[in-house]
Amino acid sequence: MSQTSREPRKKRTLRKAPFVVITAFLLLWLIGVATGEPARVLEQALQVCLSCIGIG
Amino acid sequence: MEAARKWIQVIVAILTNGSWSFPFTKTLYQGPLKVICAPGLNCYSCPAATTYCPMGSIQQLLGGLRFALENGQYYFGFSVLGSIGVLGGLFGRMICGWACPFGFIQELLHKIPSRKFRIPRMLSHGKYLFLLLFVVVLPLVLVDEFGSGSPWFCKFVCPAGTLEAGIPMLLLQPNLRSTIGLLFLNKFVIMLLFLTWAVFSSRPFCRTACPLGAFYALFSKVRLIKLHLDEAKCTNCKACHHVCPMGVKFNESPNDPECITCLACMNKACQFDAISLEIGGIPLAVPDRGLSPAGKP
Repeated sequence: MSQTSREPRKKRTLRKAPFVVITAFLLLWLIGVATGEPARVLEQALQVCLSCIGIG
Repeated sequence: MEAARKWIQVIVAILTNGSWSFPFTKTLYQGPLKVICAPGLNCYSCPAATTYCPMGSIQQLLGGLRFALENGQYYFGFSVLGSIGVLGGLFGRMICGWACPFGFIQELLHKIPSRKFRIPRMLSHGKYLFLLLFVVVLPLVLVDEFGSGSPWFCKFVCPAGTLEAGIPMLLLQPNLRSTIGLLFLNKFVIMLLFLTWAVFSSRPFCRTACPLGAFYALFSKVRLIKLHLDEAKCTNCKACHHVCPMGVKFNESPNDPECITCLACMNKACQFDAISLEIGGIPLAVPDRGLSPAGKP
């Protein structure tokens, strides 16, 4: 059932789109960090969120 | 490769739930690691959770946005969105297949011997609705008299939160049991439905309701690591259709938003080396079945 691959290999080029997307979100993350958001996220994450778990 | 994926699922589940002092402290982990974003759906109110849940956090930030703005704090959720955006750009839904504890639980449940059923493709659109409505619009728009919104998805739907946080917290803190009401009952029933469904169908929550999966699915065409279909080698034998846990017809839709890159099609199905793993367009791996690897004469 298997076939041997003798045909010439197609040249594959580096896709740029992933790097653009990753850079854009990295910048977004930096903006969030610059506004002090992680401290707020940490503050929330350290408490039991009763409404999150359906008992509040 | 399947064994490696299972090990990575176990390791990530342990790392994101690595605080095992809760039987003694009776509460959740409160250390600095909780500033790190969990890649998968993992409730941060789980007593063992060491990271924060991106979906829970973004709902909390959007729900408190009016109050924050009034106080001159610009908490739009950019750091959370940036974290999951970078992960999405790198891996897309590969996270679902390799690094989501709740996805792993569903996979284990699906191993229970039973009659298996397909999930209609139409239902896969539901998760986008949950992302848009329950994670973004409702927490932002429906606010109380103090201007605070609720985390709608966590509060009314999330079965991962009920399983990983609600039930353990009720067991650890008996005083919370008096607060059980219709809200908890609703979430408990939803959790039972999804866990039961997971026995009969593959990853039902991931495919129909997970907002994080919906977010990562948006990166299906542009993510760095993805599967590549060599159309010249593909014989359209449809073997890849039968092994996919997400119901993807890979030869017809190589950039399918449902693909979790579990590599089952590449390693278990394709006999013609038509499927390979690539990083940014450059081939990384070929099937490890001893067949002729692409690129070798």
